[in-house]
Amino acid sequence: MTDTTGTTTATATATTQASALRHGTLGTNAARPDGVPKVQGRFAFSNDLWAENMLWGATLRSPHPYARIKSIDVTGAWKIAGVEAILTAEDVPGQPNYGLIRQDQHVFATSYVRYRGEPVAAVAADHPETCRRALAAIVVDYEVLEPLTDPEVAIAGTREPIHPDGNIIRHQRILCGDPDATGPIVVEGDYEMGMQDQAFLGPEAALAVPDDDGGGLELYIATQWLHEDRKQVAECLGLPEERVRLVLGGVGGAFGAREDISLQVHCSLLALRTGRPIKMQYGREESFYGHVHRHPAKIWMRHHATADGVIIKIEARMVFDGGAYASTSPAVLINGVTHAQGPYRCPNAVVDGWATRTNNPPCGAMRGFGVVQACFAHEGQMDKLAAAAGLSPVEVRLRNAMRTGDPLITGQPVDSVAPVERCIRETDALPMPPDLPSDADVLSLPGGTGRTADRGHVVRGVGYGVAIKNLMYSEGFDDYSTARCQLNDGIVTLKFATSEVGQGFVMLAQQIARTILGVDEVMLDTIDTQIGSSGSTSASRQTWMSGGAVDAACRKVRELLFESVAAKHGLPALQLAIDGTDVVDTIGSLRIPVADASAGLRLDETVEYRHRVTEDLDENGQGNCHVAFAFVAHRAVVDVDPELGLVKVVQVATAQDIGRALNPLSVAGQIEGGIAQGLGLAVMEEIIVTDGMVRNASFTDYLLPTTLDAPTVVFSLIEEPDPQAPLGAKGVGEPPCISVTPAIAAAIRDATGRDIRRVPVRPQDICLS
Amino acid sequence: MTSTPLGSPEIYRLTVNGESHDVQDAWLGESLLYVLRERLGLPGSKGACEQGECGSCTVLLDGAAVCACLVMAASATDADIVTVEGLPTSEAAPLTDVQAAFLDEGAVQCGFCTPGLIVAVHHLLDHNPRPTALETREALSGNICRCTGYGRIFAAVDAVVASRAEQSAP
Amino acid sequence: MPVITPSTVDEVLSQLGERPDALLLSGGTDVMVEINMAHRKAPAEVIALRRVEELRRWEHHTTPDGTGGTVMIGSGVPYAEMEHGPLAEHFPALAEAARTVGSPQIRAAGTLGGNLGTCSPAGDGLPVLYALDAVVHLRSASGARDVPVGEFMVGVKKNVLEPGELITGVTLPVRRGWQGYSKVGVRNAMVIATASACLAMDRERGSVSLALGAVGTTILRCRDAENWLAAEIALTDAQLEIGDDVVREFGQRAAADARPIDDHRSTAAYRGHAVGVLASRLLRRAVA
Repeated sequence: MTDTTGTTTATATATTQASALRHGTLGTNAARPDGVPKVQGRFAFSNDLWAENMLWGATLRSPHPYARIKSIDVTGAWKIAGVEAILTAEDVPGQPNYGLIRQDQHVFATSYVRYRGEPVAAVAADHPETCRRALAAIVVDYEVLEPLTDPEVAIAGTREPIHPDGNIIRHQRILCGDPDATGPIVVEGDYEMGMQDQAFLGPEAALAVPDDDGGGLELYIATQWLHEDRKQVAECLGLPEERVRLVLGGVGGAFGAREDISLQVHCSLLALRTGRPIKMQYGREESFYGHVHRHPAKIWMRHHATADGVIIKIEARMVFDGGAYASTSPAVLINGVTHAQGPYRCPNAVVDGWATRTNNPPCGAMRGFGVVQACFAHEGQMDKLAAAAGLSPVEVRLRNAMRTGDPLITGQPVDSVAPVERCIRETDALPMPPDLPSDADVLSLPGGTGRTADRGHVVRGVGYGVAIKNLMYSEGFDDYSTARCQLNDGIVTLKFATSEVGQGFVMLAQQIARTILGVDEVMLDTIDTQIGSSGSTSASRQTWMSGGAVDAACRKVRELLFESVAAKHGLPALQLAIDGTDVVDTIGSLRIPVADASAGLRLDETVEYRHRVTEDLDENGQGNCHVAFAFVAHRAVVDVDPELGLVKVVQVATAQDIGRALNPLSVAGQIEGGIAQGLGLAVMEEIIVTDGMVRNASFTDYLLPTTLDAPTVVFSLIEEPDPQAPLGAKGVGEPPCISVTPAIAAAIRDATGRDIRRVPVRPQDICLS
Repeated sequence: MTSTPLGSPEIYRLTVNGESHDVQDAWLGESLLYVLRERLGLPGSKGACEQGECGSCTVLLDGAAVCACLVMAASATDADIVTVEGLPTSEAAPLTDVQAAFLDEGAVQCGFCTPGLIVAVHHLLDHNPRPTALETREALSGNICRCTGYGRIFAAVDAVVASRAEQSAP
Repeated sequence: MPVITPSTVDEVLSQLGERPDALLLSGGTDVMVEINMAHRKAPAEVIALRRVEELRRWEHHTTPDGTGGTVMIGSGVPYAEMEHGPLAEHFPALAEAARTVGSPQIRAAGTLGGNLGTCSPAGDGLPVLYALDAVVHLRSASGARDVPVGEFMVGVKKNVLEPGELITGVTLPVRRGWQGYSKVGVRNAMVIATASACLAMDRERGSVSLALGAVGTTILRCRDAENWLAAEIALTDAQLEIGDDVVREFGQRAAADARPIDDHRSTAAYRGHAVGVLASRLLRRAVA
């Protein structure tokens, strides 16, 4: 298949074949089925749900990062008119703990609270304000304890455990090749990453509707994985899973923050207790406390290389602060350490990684999942290596670029298509932005409307970043996705439990069905737990896994359709194909519209799609633990005001290895959106934690990029279809946010000559010593 | 709407999208955003921050684009309020040109910021039919989008500007 | 209804006189945040000012020869109206400051009255009022008083407003001479100042005013830097030439007046450094 590249200055590229494709099929810019309601304001997000006779629920959270609970007195809350239920730990009928990997987190804190914001109680009342007053009237007697806030202290083992499971969530070492190998060039550095937040716009919300017999409920929830939520909710409620029915409520973004339980169990418990529907939703402040964040990390790396700048060995020590509960830290750590080498050939490695438990806010999944941290470090290293070897940042990366079949430091051969060299070259070939004119509008200078700089105060810099990112889940996890395809009288209906969080799977599913079955109209059934699991909308996996499931289910239905046509017309089914919206005999002249061919038929197939098996890592970090990989390169051009330390990211150029553009406009959206998040991490986004206390739980001080911060984005799509991928397409969601951050940091270094070692870069990091 | 002991027995009247609504039993601290969503059956405007820092709740108040979360509902009597549900559409044309452009240009992902942005873009183009790129960015700098990175949104604005210019060309 | 919407200042004052604890609601851009976040109890009674036309007006009182004079800006004029047009021509620094307030949605509703009522040292309009020696007009049912802005703000979110008093407006002098405003924030829009400054020249009197924001418990006037510069350079001269060393020292003297703190937004060291840079750059622009 020919690959296609296109460049653009902020408009999407349609592949050259797009115009020849039928509208709405794979490869075209098909319309979103939820688009019209979304632009009209009629799309029902979980936040918009409402039920007759409903009450509001709210959560009481710990004000302390570490404390022992001596007593909880709810009598004051019961005196408030309008309060209908108050729950604490003793009201949890089933399992008191939950967790994605380890069930170490409490529905409500029992004897200890271990992070600022840990849930202690919940209430149901007639109005959100009544809830607030009820929460304020609950008296919790805390014995405040000294929080453990330094991951190094957790590693050193000098503090007693703050949790029965201990203060080390996971440790993993990777030993590859010769641990004593070295070379004439040795460069090392310390790299630090602050705590980023997913900051999806639609705050957590759910509506729980109890069954009349009180033995079950329906939960409408904005989540990334319905079935995993159901499993944990059912366990905590002490109910069989069949009695806990989850329906996807409209999701206002996710980016990893909806993988863990937040309000699901609380909302369900209140519904069962009151016998009434319960609506719960978080405000922005509570949202910051109510979900996990990206792991802050400290990484030391040392690269040994030949005089020509070819990597001989890498050493790394990585510390990820997992905060109070395990969440997905064990998996984030593995991603971090197994990606330590970056997209480069590396024959020898010694890597040690820790995920620690502290009384800091719990951390877990965020787009990039541990690779963002590793990439910031290895790209900083590559620039140091370039300088030591007298090479340009582009040359050193080309010289070391991985190729298809090269091994990771875990020993796993990267048999995914690995066009690393192409990513770098095509990124570098994208046009540079024009120079800043002498009469540049103040809005385009660093400082923006603040008018802090004149043209003469501004210096420009350029930096590069390249990344490898695993796709799907790892370490032997039996991941699968389920999809059902029905063809009844010419109408195709798809059913799946795949969480649509904005990424556009609902659109892709229709495109697949249109392509395979030759229909234009594809109905989508409710997304709920009335079908098998589709796994999580994360790890850039849904196009591959749920797309694979929908594809397989549609193909099975098509097979049955062809059998029916073949039988009716006395032809071998193998000769039949779909052409446009017709069934055709590829050898003869038969041509029947699909609608006619399927008249009277009721075809119905459900498929579970699985990827190939993966392995655990042994104690030396060796094993084929990942499924597949994608690659990306970024180039960032920034303008810096070095005296004030303010930065304007002017342009980001990127070439991304996507396998195949199934919907080019949608790919553009993922690229631009991911770049914005990586930019935020580079220069403005950080949850500031001091002694376990969050200092900036609001959009006033947790800063997201605005329209005036967005750079121009130019991109090139590298379409070398992956033979493993069911549709030839790799996941595109994560790579855009991974190497853009180090590219921006490198550009700031280039502009200022400063040794930038942490992100987000703060003004004082640039202008003060 | 379940009644609450917090509520005030007086009724006040809001004019939204050309229609008059009586609001009863409301608690004084309720923002216009809350009243629109929870009392008037108009959940199109969204709440993402309650602080005026995201623009998801943008509505028109006497022609000015404001954050509904920062308007005390009971003080907005006699104001002319327009929400995303009240944009000029009809059965024949159920989408405004701005709404259609957002869809055509891929500017909608999760959609939570979309209603506020649509209102803000209408407001921008009603006052400035040919904004420069920087003017567009500045006018929309109060609307946060976390999914798109804004590229497709700018493309949508450009498309509307171009098509309106074409239509008004002699 | 517990929200009272008077249409004249006199009505406001009479209502306020009867219920001095009533919440005065202007644009709502600070007050509603506090109510939404439950940082302030919802008030029992509210006096909404949105229909008081007098507060939404501004008036230019010229001198007999038609020049200079003063402008009285009603406390209810939204920032959006200060960004362009005749008000912006009279006070370019105010226009620049207004343009940095929050977001366009906030600027459509937010007012100087609100900025003064809240009295945050990071308030965007306040350094301009300080640099122009603004006078704040207060009225109550029992009288009126005018307070120079430097005496009006007395601490972080503290002013001399008494119960029953309403800010009706501020009066600013129209001066001949360059004026400008700068604000440091980590993001290019919608950001609280980590440091801000306003510089205004008065070429008639040969003086310069420099006010700093976000680096003290109140807005700071840098009298030392101002007096030093006026002594160094004849600021009444038609052609001003200021060498780099003067610009630098001006900035250093300004920074020396700053009393910045460490907080979650920034560090004292950075803020002190930044205001010095802003002061120098504003001076450089003033004579460019």
